Amino acid sequence: MSHDTTHDALVPVGDHPVSDPGIEPHVPRYTDADVAAGNNAYRRILGLLALVPVLAIVNAVVYFAVPRTASFNVIGTNFNASVLFLGLTGGLAVLLIGIAMVAWARDIMTDQEIAEERHPAGSSDEVRAAALDKINAGIAESGVGRRKLILAALGGGMGALAIPAVVLLADMGPWPLGDERRRTIEKTIWTEGVRLVNDVNKLPLKASDIELGQLVNGEPATLFDIHDGADFQVQRAKAAIIVVRMDPASIKIPASRQEWQVNGILAYSKICTHVGCPISLWEQQTHHLLCPCHQSTFDLGNSGLVVFGPAARALPQLPITVDAEGYLVARGDFTVPVGPSYFERDSSKDFKEGDQ
Amino acid sequence: MAKPTQITPDAPVLDTRRPPGKEVGVRQFSGIGAWLDDRVGLGKIAKGGLRKVFPDHWSFLLGEIALYSFLVLLITGVFLTIWFKPSMAEIEYSGSYQLMKGLPMSEAFASALALSFDVRGGLLVRQIHHWAAILFIAAMTAHMLRIFFTGAFRKPRELNWLIGVALMSLSLIAGFSGYSLPDDLLSGTGLRFVDGLVRSIPLIGTWAEFFVFQGEFPGSALIARLYMVHILLIPGILLALIGAHMTMVVYHKHTQFPGPGRTEKNVVGYPLFPVYMAKAGGFFFVVFGVLILMGATMQINPVWNFGPYNPSQVTAGSQPDWYMGWVEGAIRIMPNLETHLFGTTWSWNIFLPGVGLMGLLFTALGVYPFVEAWVTGDKTEHHLLDRPRNAPTRTALGVAGMTCYAMFWLAGGNDLLATQFKVSLNAVTYVMRVAVFVAPVLAFIITKRICLSLQRADRERLLHGSESGIIERSAVGGYAEPHAPLSHDEAWTLSQHAQHEPVEASESVDANGIPVPGGVSARRAQWSQRFFRDDIRKPTRAELEAAQEHGDHAASDAADEVKALGH
Amino acid sequence: MRFLSTFRRRRAARPLLLAFALFVMGLLYTAAAPAPQVSADTGTSAQVAAGKGLFQVSCASCHGLNGEGSSAGPTLVGVGAAAADFQVSTGRMPMAQPGAQAPRKVNTYTAEEITALASYVASLGPGPAIPSAAQYAPGNLTAEQIARGGELFRTNCSACHNFEGAGGALPGGKYAPPLKGLSGQTIFEAMRTGPQQMPVFGAGAIPDQDAATIVAYLDQLHAQPSAGFTLGGLGPVTEGLFGWIIGIGGLCLIAIWIASRGARAR
Repeated sequence: MSHDTTHDALVPVGDHPVSDPGIEPHVPRYTDADVAAGNNAYRRILGLLALVPVLAIVNAVVYFAVPRTASFNVIGTNFNASVLFLGLTGGLAVLLIGIAMVAWARDIMTDQEIAEERHPAGSSDEVRAAALDKINAGIAESGVGRRKLILAALGGGMGALAIPAVVLLADMGPWPLGDERRRTIEKTIWTEGVRLVNDVNKLPLKASDIELGQLVNGEPATLFDIHDGADFQVQRAKAAIIVVRMDPASIKIPASRQEWQVNGILAYSKICTHVGCPISLWEQQTHHLLCPCHQSTFDLGNSGLVVFGPAARALPQLPITVDAEGYLVARGDFTVPVGPSYFERDSSKDFKEGDQ
Repeated sequence: MAKPTQITPDAPVLDTRRPPGKEVGVRQFSGIGAWLDDRVGLGKIAKGGLRKVFPDHWSFLLGEIALYSFLVLLITGVFLTIWFKPSMAEIEYSGSYQLMKGLPMSEAFASALALSFDVRGGLLVRQIHHWAAILFIAAMTAHMLRIFFTGAFRKPRELNWLIGVALMSLSLIAGFSGYSLPDDLLSGTGLRFVDGLVRSIPLIGTWAEFFVFQGEFPGSALIARLYMVHILLIPGILLALIGAHMTMVVYHKHTQFPGPGRTEKNVVGYPLFPVYMAKAGGFFFVVFGVLILMGATMQINPVWNFGPYNPSQVTAGSQPDWYMGWVEGAIRIMPNLETHLFGTTWSWNIFLPGVGLMGLLFTALGVYPFVEAWVTGDKTEHHLLDRPRNAPTRTALGVAGMTCYAMFWLAGGNDLLATQFKVSLNAVTYVMRVAVFVAPVLAFIITKRICLSLQRADRERLLHGSESGIIERSAVGGYAEPHAPLSHDEAWTLSQHAQHEPVEASESVDANGIPVPGGVSARRAQWSQRFFRDDIRKPTRAELEAAQEHGDHAASDAADEVKALGH
Repeated sequence: MRFLSTFRRRRAARPLLLAFALFVMGLLYTAAAPAPQVSADTGTSAQVAAGKGLFQVSCASCHGLNGEGSSAGPTLVGVGAAAADFQVSTGRMPMAQPGAQAPRKVNTYTAEEITALASYVASLGPGPAIPSAAQYAPGNLTAEQIARGGELFRTNCSACHNFEGAGGALPGGKYAPPLKGLSGQTIFEAMRTGPQQMPVFGAGAIPDQDAATIVAYLDQLHAQPSAGFTLGGLGPVTEGLFGWIIGIGGLCLIAIWIASRGARAR
């Protein structure tokens, strides 16, 4: 690519069929030509600016006088009075300053357009030559000419510093090797005999109390024994379940899962297998469960298989039974990890259409 | 485009009899002026820069909206940091918002509630801050589109374009990390999505997830880490990049639209001091004022309604802020493609729309100036802006890109589309899967056709003048509409654009297959052809003169006819 | 007459008289006592009969002459008075035309007619009764209980109905309707009866008191002041829309003013 440093570099290709008429002649502005108009403009600007301290003081008064909980009802909306009035007064004050400044520029400041010459962005040939001279003088004086390895060695050394810089980040989190994965993302606190309880009010669920078409957002009873806030959230993010009751005659229960349900009461993981949002949108009549995040839809009447949307694997089902007093308990943990898929685990063996 | 002033030559000039005012000025450097000049050479800076010329057009203010929104973000952000606690430690709420009394929540969420209900003006500032973030990214998008459609990214401004793309991508992270800080249900659901997205990345997913969250989701480190990113890392980089961005605008001088007296070699407008200082400074106050008024009258991100983040809760209509909506849409409409290889799982259903699409957009944006330069063979500097119609292929590509983005963006709200317009959610998803491919193609074709029609209209106008709207009946009974000749200013503006020629193929490789410098491959010539071949040529000098003669002839013919009839 | 004067000197007279007096008082009480409270479940036979008349006019064409169901409408045996009260008082039933979901519309029945219909439906088979105010609005809930009601709402309800009850989408053109302006009775009935696609939220998991806290939470949530126009309560989508239209749009208009040339002298 050749470099053209003259002014001709700025001239586009092709001729101009019409000649340049030059900058249009200046027509006086109305506020310059008419004395009264000019003075009006001046007074308008002063008026705008005079309002500003008034608004600022009203703003301060509002801050102290309007209680935090006061409300202001107008045009059918119940406004928080403090926010509304602090904002209106403050916002208007700032806005008026801006409008005054712009009005000054438009109506009072000289409106004569002027032209300034452009210069090519690149340096001229002489400057380039001079720069090259200086660069070459520096290179010559640095001694790299005779002792060639010095620069490469320096570069190599600096590059090597990347190793400690990167290594220092290795404790950003635990390493998800096999054992760590098995301890964390591949298991939940569900074990044999843990009672299913309703979330928030922690009521244990009696099988006979669950009605046909009922949905219960549940958790393991042992979750509420965890007192460390961070661990509580982590376990809840994996152990949350939904319990639904459907008519056994209207759903498909594969042979391998006959023991996982109690008279049409089934428990599924609440955590979507797409990217992990909790799912609660259950349609009583179609038995479809819709995730609100990206609309993955699972058929709870067919072992949680995906019927629509971007989720790629079925919703894990929790095997449940009843204990001696008739309360729902888990038979054990989920047989597959809950939540999104990941690279190290082949999810093709998970429950698929047609499995028994 | 600078519209030439229309002057009625024989209208009377207003009589001015304003007495000359007293001249106000500064005679010499004294006091603080001298003190600074002695130390930093203030005089040199003033001499060089104080009367710099900036051209005037409303679309040049879009970048300023972005800049001023950023300043508002900094100011309101500092206010918020005085009370916000970036901690995920669980506490029992005991503040003044009764509907959350006694609930367990993180300190971050509790401090967001304190800002909203216990600190006077706190909720207002929270809302201004969030509206400013929305406006920041929206203004950057509008500014980027203006730069694209007027070709302001061409030499010598390619570096500035790259800095702009970097600013855009960083601001998305800044916004996302910012609204995730209060640890509320809506933004927490977004973080849950990020957790799943990161985990599903092939090869490194679980590692990236465990490193970002310090273990499993949600962990106890995330909010503090996001806080660091949001108030330190990204604002620092943004400030540096903005500084570089503005420095280059000053060095290159601002581009200008074609118009009378405006050439590639000059810049016509008003001086920085006093006019631009007043206009730009005033606009800062205007933007700030508008943002305060928005914060006062429009509720945004009501975290007290969402509740504290609970990984077993979710709300219907969970969407991220608007600027992430297109990624959300891509994730929603992507079919559930997952492949398995040698005991591993490759989650294409998440990786392709998530990481892949974002990478694709920013790469495409970043390389565009260089691709266009390669295709057009244009190596000259450009300081005059293109009217979009005069670059039909570029404009059509831009509109197609916008359309594709818009389709993804609409898909991100597919559940809201379903409820508001009473259509089936599933149907919307299926339609969008097709629309993201079909709509951009349609948009390209339609836009190109519109640009070409506008070019033809300009050509007609140049050759034949503007339609006067008056129908004249000639003495012999024919109807004709005389055309008024264009003003010199308008004729110049309409014909000033460069007539680009496609690159000609030449020897690109020699006999031994070694690339020849400066050679043009056949494929490049073909692309160049496609880029330019439909463009309507502007009239040459000869054609204009011929048209004028023709017009004169027609006028004299009509006069002759009249004479012949003895009128 | 001689019988009474000789009877009253007998030794058994007093106890016999006492027994007789008690018997008379019992008869008087039975005659004067108020009629027992008609519960919506059982209903007086007059109400059930009136309800049956209304049912056969407006409901039987889809739900069968005896509520046994048909291809056009499900069986109503066992749905209970609460279901009928919910569907009719919100105007969902009778459905104006078949569709994916029965939309809420203006109810044209009077309160007595609805009660009659409900008692007829209740007579078809045992089901949830119309709740009393004591169940859904006990009036003695503390702030902590109402806050917990919010947690219950966000765990069970917001996934379909949105965080402030603004409604949400379901597959196939169905939707979870908005909850603003609904009475506590309506919400309670919907939870217990599970209308159409909505699941049942039974007392086994959410007892009456907890359901009442959910109702109270929604009431207070909708009554509180907002920090500006709520823009529909739909979240970031409408916020972005208004940010573009009012923010960018408004500032572009101001930018056009800033860069424009003012009035000229001629």
